[in-house]
Amino acid sequence: MSVDQNTVRRIARLARIAVTEQDVPHLQGELNAILSFVEQLNEVNVDGVEPMTSVTPMAMKKRQDGVTDGGIVDDIVRNAPVTEDHFFVVPKVVE
Amino acid sequence: MTELTHLTLTEARDGLKAKTFSATEIAKAHIAAIEKARALNAYVLETPEQALAMAKASDEKIAKGEARPLEGIPLGIKDLFCTKDVVSTAGSNILKTFKPSYESTVTQNLWNDGAVMLGKLNMDEFAMGSSNETSAFGPVVSPWRRQGSNVGAGASGAVEGAHLVPGGSSGGSAAAVAAHLCLGATATDTGGSIRQPAAFTGTVGIKPTYGRCSRWGTVAFASSLDQAGPIARTVRDAAIMLRSMSGPDAKDTTCVDLPVPDFEAAVSRGVKGLKIGIPKEYRVDGMAPEIEKLWEQGIQWLREAGAEIVDVSLPHTKYALPAYYIVAPAEASSNLARYDGVRYGLRVPGKDIADMYEKTRAEGFGREVKRRIMIGTYVLSAGYYDAYYVRAQKIRTLIKQDFEKVYASGVHAILTPATPSAAFGIGEKGSGDPVEMYLNDIFTVTVNMAGLPGLAVPAGLDSQGLPLGLQLIGRAFDEETLFAVGQVIENAAGRISLPKAWW
Repeated sequence: MSVDQNTVRRIARLARIAVTEQDVPHLQGELNAILSFVEQLNEVNVDGVEPMTSVTPMAMKKRQDGVTDGGIVDDIVRNAPVTEDHFFVVPKVVE
Repeated sequence: MTELTHLTLTEARDGLKAKTFSATEIAKAHIAAIEKARALNAYVLETPEQALAMAKASDEKIAKGEARPLEGIPLGIKDLFCTKDVVSTAGSNILKTFKPSYESTVTQNLWNDGAVMLGKLNMDEFAMGSSNETSAFGPVVSPWRRQGSNVGAGASGAVEGAHLVPGGSSGGSAAAVAAHLCLGATATDTGGSIRQPAAFTGTVGIKPTYGRCSRWGTVAFASSLDQAGPIARTVRDAAIMLRSMSGPDAKDTTCVDLPVPDFEAAVSRGVKGLKIGIPKEYRVDGMAPEIEKLWEQGIQWLREAGAEIVDVSLPHTKYALPAYYIVAPAEASSNLARYDGVRYGLRVPGKDIADMYEKTRAEGFGREVKRRIMIGTYVLSAGYYDAYYVRAQKIRTLIKQDFEKVYASGVHAILTPATPSAAFGIGEKGSGDPVEMYLNDIFTVTVNMAGLPGLAVPAGLDSQGLPLGLQLIGRAFDEETLFAVGQVIENAAGRISLPKAWW
């Protein structure tokens, strides 16, 4: 399978990455190089094979459903580009 | 007396305990060496004040007879590990000013054992790369040069040769250890990022079993593959460091609740009675004769030391790398969705929120990262999920079953080359076709896909005088056997003599 330029633009939009019109052709070439490399996986018979969900077989750890941390609002917002009164500020999303 | 920076971690530990030198002296020696080596670009952040404060605390502990396992040992930390109040960038512009308010479990474990932090080490952006060339801080220069090369030496007259890459993504870690800019370094490995740079720089690196080290506080790339481990100058040094890095962690549900063995005690076990598998599928077309020879040499060494050598088959080996280039980007596209300019990191303003996301990510991520996010987005998108992602996860099951069958037949460990070639020059690979760079990981990536431990150990030099490594693959949670076998190879090969400081 290979991608056309419209698909490249659509993937970029889904991935929330702005691409310029100049970027599109080389991105298309690079993505197609990778897709053609992974094409060989179609040779493998995977009938009846379970997809891997956990690489080391182990029981999921469980813990009490209780609060273990908190009271660190300053720490949580301290790396945010824009904050106000301990809230993250984003451009207006509802008119 | 040997220069303090030229001690092994083991020698430094023993000398500190015997009060032959102090933690402050050894920290100062390293701080001075790092300052002189800035041309290598191995450190992206030096933390000399923190190092001296930690060394002073270590000296007090030693004076009181309370030395912990890594007391006073100066280490470099890959910039993928979050360090409290110290900028942690993952090699990316999007995190260039990110100052975590918490410490990763792996680094906390090291500090709890008395280690000293020298600074943060350069790496490929978000650990995506095999040469350290995708870093937002620029490439790391390997301390190794091809025979006859005088590049960077400030020599008058003609410059011979080009700077070499140290491998990646843990390129800063490998270069710093090889150039004597720390006694050991933390690193991480998603497809070969510990073992390939270790092989390129004549150092020892181990990716432990998935679940041995906590991933908490380590910037995520592909969560089902990522695992932390050490790069050091000897097998024993790596064993000592791994013991301190490992252990259960309530904050990571994929971190296993198993006691950490005394890895150092396993180093001198020898290989008598061990069955070592040689997988025929690793004899790839066009493999360099030097790699083939090195592998044969390794087989011979182990046989002479008393191991039984058996041929084994891992039939799905060739599919590991293509399957990886579906699974890893898929997980990366999901993990890196968090960099949206809202909670941390770079923000580029836009006309609305979607525009802000798109501009922030376009400016903050480098080309390789964008490429992988886009591939991951594509293989997870409606209509392609089953054809790509589910198929790749099924192939991953087959790869794991290959190993299980071999181990069920009584094989204790598998010996392979670590890389298909020695280090290459900066700018030499992957500029046109990204797959050319990806092929560096053909021997290492199967191990991540199966969650197994893998150790890279230096085994010789190529005709250009550059180091080559062998890889040992073990059973899940049996790193001890890898240390035992690795030590036999190190003894037989002799310690690689690392390059003299030309920088």
